[in-house]
Amino acid sequence: MNLYGVRAIYLFEMARMWRTLMQSLASPILTTSLYFVVFGAAIGSRMGEIDGISYASFIVPGLLMLSLLGESISNASFGIYFPKFSGAIYELLSAPVSPIEIVVGYVGAAATKSVILGLLILATARLFVDYEIMHPVWMIAFLLLTAITFSLFGFVIGLWADDFQKLQIIPMMVIMPLTFLGGAFYSINMLPPFWQKVTLFNPVVYLISGFRWSFYGVADVNVVISVAMIFVFMLLCLAGIWWIFKSGYRLKV
Amino acid sequence: MPVISIKNLGKTYGSGLRALKNINLDIRRGEIFALLGPNGAGKTTLISVICGIVTPSEGTVLVDGHDILSEFRAARSKIGLVPQELANMPFESVLATLQFSRGLFGKPDNPAIIEKLLRDLSLWDKRHEKIMALSGGMKRRVLIAKALVHEPEILFLDEPTAGVDVELRHDMWGMVRDLRASGVTIILTTHYIDEAEEMADRIGVINNGEIGVVEDKTVLMNKLGKKQLTLTLQQPLNSIPTDLADYPLTLSADGNCLTYTFDVHQEHTGIPELLRKLGKHGIDFKDLHSSESSLEDIFVSLVKEQS
Repeated sequence: MNLYGVRAIYLFEMARMWRTLMQSLASPILTTSLYFVVFGAAIGSRMGEIDGISYASFIVPGLLMLSLLGESISNASFGIYFPKFSGAIYELLSAPVSPIEIVVGYVGAAATKSVILGLLILATARLFVDYEIMHPVWMIAFLLLTAITFSLFGFVIGLWADDFQKLQIIPMMVIMPLTFLGGAFYSINMLPPFWQKVTLFNPVVYLISGFRWSFYGVADVNVVISVAMIFVFMLLCLAGIWWIFKSGYRLKV
Repeated sequence: MPVISIKNLGKTYGSGLRALKNINLDIRRGEIFALLGPNGAGKTTLISVICGIVTPSEGTVLVDGHDILSEFRAARSKIGLVPQELANMPFESVLATLQFSRGLFGKPDNPAIIEKLLRDLSLWDKRHEKIMALSGGMKRRVLIAKALVHEPEILFLDEPTAGVDVELRHDMWGMVRDLRASGVTIILTTHYIDEAEEMADRIGVINNGEIGVVEDKTVLMNKLGKKQLTLTLQQPLNSIPTDLADYPLTLSADGNCLTYTFDVHQEHTGIPELLRKLGKHGIDFKDLHSSESSLEDIFVSLVKEQS
């Protein structure tokens, strides 16, 4: 095990975050604050409670997930895509590091950034709304699992992408719509019965539902299913990464 | 034991291109080995396979006795690679990128080594600069520093002086000699013959994915080296006299120069006899000079032979 190698990748990636602090942390916090002002304070004050929770509080877990997914993917995908783009990937490929060590370094750093960001958003939300966390341990567990899983997913995208547009397209065209339709702003019980069924095919529903359960103890779907779904997605991502390193796809010829 | 041992190595790309064909080559410990070949000959592919960037299709490579696939950690940690392209992380500082490289190769931080390396390569003053702010020559030196920062025993230099100015080129040659003196084995690819001639202990010629000749530089030059004697005549000649037809003589188009080609290894060059015969024919000359064929001529003839 090349621990120095893992450490080098991890620290290098974390240094990139401090250097780009504005993009990494400030802009998601600003965006989320705007959501709280518009949906929480302005519109939320005219909305009734959902499942006995005020609307502004209700959207806190969903908004946090929205940022967490986006940032995990963009951090991890950019981290591995950029050396491919600049050609500096030669060093990673010729170094005595195994694929697992590379993944731990890059995904670990991306997930760390996401968790820091998540906690900061949570602190920011406190300025706008009151919320409680009923199951703090589960809340942290959901935060960690989601950050790791979607950083893995971002890593797959970064390995797969061969131009900057591809780097953007999955987060924009897939993750963003799924998150908006995943119950960040509403309970799926508010949908007509047909769309309630359709929405169960959206994996983000399980994430947000489980995460909201850790806050308020209410969930759209069973929390056990939520946890299981995260693990299923995580395994899919790991399988994808394993296949890419095994086959050399877009990395080696 | 050779420091690198390549057996029956082949590489066929997905496109069907056979970039390497049945390569067998041993690199001796502590030597400077120049891999010479035209563009697209397979030089970079061969290096990339040894370093782990390209997967071989067949054959084996041992680095200091370690198989590059099954014992990749042991093999790769001994190797430093300076790639042909200026492939850097542009937004990183020189220092950060070196710390990263050292860690990546499994070595703990060592500020003293990094400082020495940066000073040797005249980069110490630039250590906090972003790489994108450096000149092309400095960027190449950063790549060299990155390749050396984990103290490798084997250094690959892929076209180290392509697009580099004369001064840096000579600096680099000096640096390579110093490294060799400290026991590092160096394999460089080049298509500049003078570079190989200047630096290498041994030369391997690669063309169309095949290794042709592998020889000590001096042996190669002796073996294939031809000397030429050129005589500038007093009066132009219409044709070479018939009784001199057995000599390998050529007459220039204007009839003013007579060129005699001979082998440096022959005990008798035949020059005195030739000159006597010329005198007999009343062919006088006003100037003569002899020249030795360079590695470049040898290389061109080798590549021609192979193809």
